[in-house]
Amino acid sequence: MSDLTRLTAAEIGARLASGAVSSVEVTQAHLDRIGEVDGAVHAFLHVDAEGALAAARAADERRAAGSPASPLDGVPVAVKDVLATKGLPTTCGSRILEGWVPPYDATVVARLRAAGLPVLGKTNMDEFAMGSSTEHSAYGPTHNPWDLDRIPGGSGGGSAAAVAAFEAPLAVGTDTGGSIRQPGAVTGTVGVKPTYGGVSRYGLVALANSLDQAGPVTRTVLDAALLHEVIGGHDPADSTSVDAPVPSVVEAARRGADGDVAGLRVGVVRELTGEGYQAGVQQRFDEAVELLVEAGADVVEVSCPTFVHALATYYLILPAEASSNLAKFDAMRYGLRVLPDGVDAPSAEEVMRATRDKGFGDEVKRRIILGTYALSSGYFDAYYGKAQKVRTLIGRDFAAAFERADVLVSPTAPTTAFRLGEKLDDPVAMYLNDLATIPANLAGVPGISVPSGLADEDGLPAGVQVLAPALADDRVYRVGAALETMLTKAWGGPLLDRAPDLTRGDA
Amino acid sequence: MPDISRDEVAHLADLARIDLSEAEIDHLAPQLAVILDSVASIREVAADHVPPTSHALPLTNVFREDVVRPGLTVEEALSGAPVEPEQQRFSVPRILGEEA
Amino acid sequence: MTTERTLSFTEALERFDPTLGLEVHVELNTASKMFCGCSTVFGAEPNTQVCPVCLGLPGAMPVLNAKAVESAVRIGLALNCDIASWCRFARKNYFYPDMPKNFQTSQYDEPICFDGWMDVTVPDAEGQSVRVEIERAHMEEDTGKSLHVGGATGRIHGADHSLVDYNRAGIPLIEIVTRPVTGTRESAPVVARAYVAQLRDLLLGLGVSDVRMEQGSLRCDVNLSLSPAGSGLLGTRTETKNVNSLRSVERAVRYEIGRQAAVLDGGGSVVQETRHWHEDTGITTSGREKSDAEDYRYFPEPDLVPIAPDADWVESLRARLPEPPRERRARLQEDWGFSDLEMRDTVGAGALELVEGTIAAGAAPSAARKWWLSELARRANEQGLELGDLPVTPADVARVQALVDEGRVNDKLARQVLDGVLAGEGTPDEVVERRGLAVVSDEGALSEAVDRAIAANPDVADKIREGKVAAAGALIGAVMKQMRGQADAGRVRELVLEKLT
Repeated sequence: MSDLTRLTAAEIGARLASGAVSSVEVTQAHLDRIGEVDGAVHAFLHVDAEGALAAARAADERRAAGSPASPLDGVPVAVKDVLATKGLPTTCGSRILEGWVPPYDATVVARLRAAGLPVLGKTNMDEFAMGSSTEHSAYGPTHNPWDLDRIPGGSGGGSAAAVAAFEAPLAVGTDTGGSIRQPGAVTGTVGVKPTYGGVSRYGLVALANSLDQAGPVTRTVLDAALLHEVIGGHDPADSTSVDAPVPSVVEAARRGADGDVAGLRVGVVRELTGEGYQAGVQQRFDEAVELLVEAGADVVEVSCPTFVHALATYYLILPAEASSNLAKFDAMRYGLRVLPDGVDAPSAEEVMRATRDKGFGDEVKRRIILGTYALSSGYFDAYYGKAQKVRTLIGRDFAAAFERADVLVSPTAPTTAFRLGEKLDDPVAMYLNDLATIPANLAGVPGISVPSGLADEDGLPAGVQVLAPALADDRVYRVGAALETMLTKAWGGPLLDRAPDLTRGDA
Repeated sequence: MPDISRDEVAHLADLARIDLSEAEIDHLAPQLAVILDSVASIREVAADHVPPTSHALPLTNVFREDVVRPGLTVEEALSGAPVEPEQQRFSVPRILGEEA
Repeated sequence: MTTERTLSFTEALERFDPTLGLEVHVELNTASKMFCGCSTVFGAEPNTQVCPVCLGLPGAMPVLNAKAVESAVRIGLALNCDIASWCRFARKNYFYPDMPKNFQTSQYDEPICFDGWMDVTVPDAEGQSVRVEIERAHMEEDTGKSLHVGGATGRIHGADHSLVDYNRAGIPLIEIVTRPVTGTRESAPVVARAYVAQLRDLLLGLGVSDVRMEQGSLRCDVNLSLSPAGSGLLGTRTETKNVNSLRSVERAVRYEIGRQAAVLDGGGSVVQETRHWHEDTGITTSGREKSDAEDYRYFPEPDLVPIAPDADWVESLRARLPEPPRERRARLQEDWGFSDLEMRDTVGAGALELVEGTIAAGAAPSAARKWWLSELARRANEQGLELGDLPVTPADVARVQALVDEGRVNDKLARQVLDGVLAGEGTPDEVVERRGLAVVSDEGALSEAVDRAIAANPDVADKIREGKVAAAGALIGAVMKQMRGQADAGRVRELVLEKLT
């Protein structure tokens, strides 16, 4: 294993700046690592060695000329396959987009390129980001680097597994109900869902437009902050983008790493702990809260009574928006076209029906049908309309909680990684994975997941989630970094050092 | 909360333009019923006077100036077409008659 | 296509009362599309005015055109509508290959303009007018265009596949919907036509659309129902689409009245459906039945934020609205002293703005009308152009008239000046200069020319000397010939008479 892949993005950036290594060396090291382990992990759907090395060479030239494009110029990154990449296949984990090569870049991708980050490739995901295990990818599941028989979380299991397996120092994910944070928790990595509108959604193939948010997937809080400052900020191409400067998240991460949380009011959300949470997950969470207390934070318990309805609300809003978003996949302009069996000269409509049946997987069809139902006349008020009202109440619960606390904390996911296939045909059990992460999406507030340790019963990673009010993303970085520093010290080194070495076949 | 029948699933699939097989409908209907049952709780939660939230942040009036900007080239526009374009247009199967 | 039985118009109205409803779609003349920066220019090569947004590519997102919102509000104000203080776009979900996202971004229960009206002057009814109530005017986007190939007729029916061009997809549309118009009886067809015509003029006056029905920038759907005469009930309506000329609006209403009357008269019931208008045969045929009420599954468009027009801004737009066409016409007719016939001809020729501009540039009203309605109308007609498309401005025409008034050119030369302007040779003054068209006003040269003419025509000169002044014409003609027409004939006459009497 090359040492370069064990470095954090911040460390790589420093070595590139000092000229100790070149971007080509760093990029090649990660491509080699992908070659070594991705057969087992399957974090990537597409690897672009040629493009990444070309970008690395350009980054080296800029560094040599003394004009780096950003602090991360030359640091490679992996991109979730839900973001449009010009000239690189973008499938969203779906058969219906197999072979589609977008003629444009998502704003996030354009910003990565402009900042000089070589794009290693596109990471695996649940089809159209519908899932919590990456098992719903049409191209096969991603495996958790901690235990290859287990799920890496989802929908962004590919991005999380890529950084956990040291295939990339940085990755971009998207989070609609937890798809960055929950994979972070179960792979022992860091994931941030920024404030809704904080990172452009232009070019992010929408799952649920009012909930989706792209964000960093990394191994450290500082790396997440560095990446956040590259991809964040106002985009006139996204009408829902916040027209305000990116919060100073790098500064907040550095400040937090010094352990500075004295006087900070931390709210433990009563509805997001206890029943339904695996004992080891709850135990690691309680210890993390205890560390904050020791560091001088004021911990209070807060109640957000409407949160118990968040899951139901989410599973009405999301399918409704998704059913409409996915209508564009109709075999007319791009993507798959399937002709129905035994039909002579089929009509456009028959081709649409056949293509959508063959091109979409079970979970996608399930949610399209559910969303179509929730929006159909006669049911709109009872379902979608009602869900929008509950959403208001969830927002009010957050507002009340943030009057008593600067940040809120909870376990990120109720359990550690479960076994592949275990919940595949039990949608409701699968949906419960996002219990703690969904409220943030419904209210648009930022959240981070940092590793809280390994659960005693299975030795698998768990995560702690920190939530802050909208636009106060810096707070989640500050508290996340403080927890990271204290926990790493307690463990005697990064949690990921305890993950199996995938190259020795002892996983 | 009404249960969801097989016929209803078939109708929804029709609206959503998905050619579900009989077996798929048999598989989906009970799953959807379970999901609907699990989301039933929200009907009792929000009173009528609660305003709906359609956007997470309360932005209004986001516009662009009426200025022409370059789009895609024809080649880029047609690059994803599932079959060879004709006359610089997307070729699609015959469209069911709106016209008698 | 089968022709259905119809009742004669008179018979139909004896038994039934018609109720009208009109839905007009107007393409705005913004430079860019509703939600992206693609050009809206008509007639470009297929798929050259598209981008990820209007092509509905995965990941693309809409951003609303500010000018389109302004145009929508101005239309609403001109139609006496209330302007919503807060409204949203919604997705109208249905599948159709010319619609890239398979939903139309439109407005549903929160239109930007609502509850308005327009007083429509009914022609041939002695200044009578009908108040048409406007239910709503909302913003939406146009679809792409399909070309049906492989079939014999170029129609959808029988084609083996279609070719789609998305240049038009995303062009801003305003849909203007009336409330049911009742009580128009036998005037229903002309009221429908007059409404659309007046709406067209109003939109033209606002400058928000090209309103060219033949290019599809103004399109009309006609809703019609019948109820037993005097019953006050509301019958089942049909929606006739594709009615794209003023004449067709009138004919389609008339046809549907006759057709529905025959259905009802035969004991049948009218099917609520979409019907298609056939310009060539003058009939409507059944389209897709609407009985199972298309379930469009509307919901607020999550990729766009709400629109909250500032009240002061709305008031400033209201203050700057042009005068409504009806009122404006009455005022102009009064100011210009035109007869009803002259005014109608001016409007009919599409010359109102041109004449107005010419007068504003200094020409007398009668002269302005004369140039546009005779000389220029003839040339436009010869070239198959609209008057307004001739490459001559009202200022040019006013200047030509001024040259005549100043005696620098005569009528014949003036027409040559216009030829030059139309040929792109420059302003009227430049044409006069370059073609050397000014009348000769050099008294010495004129006097010499008269002397030469007298010397060359002694017989004629004698007749004039004998008092036969009418003979002067021959000498004047001779002088004009010498001067190649570039002389003031009146002055020549004076000189001839001075010298011979």
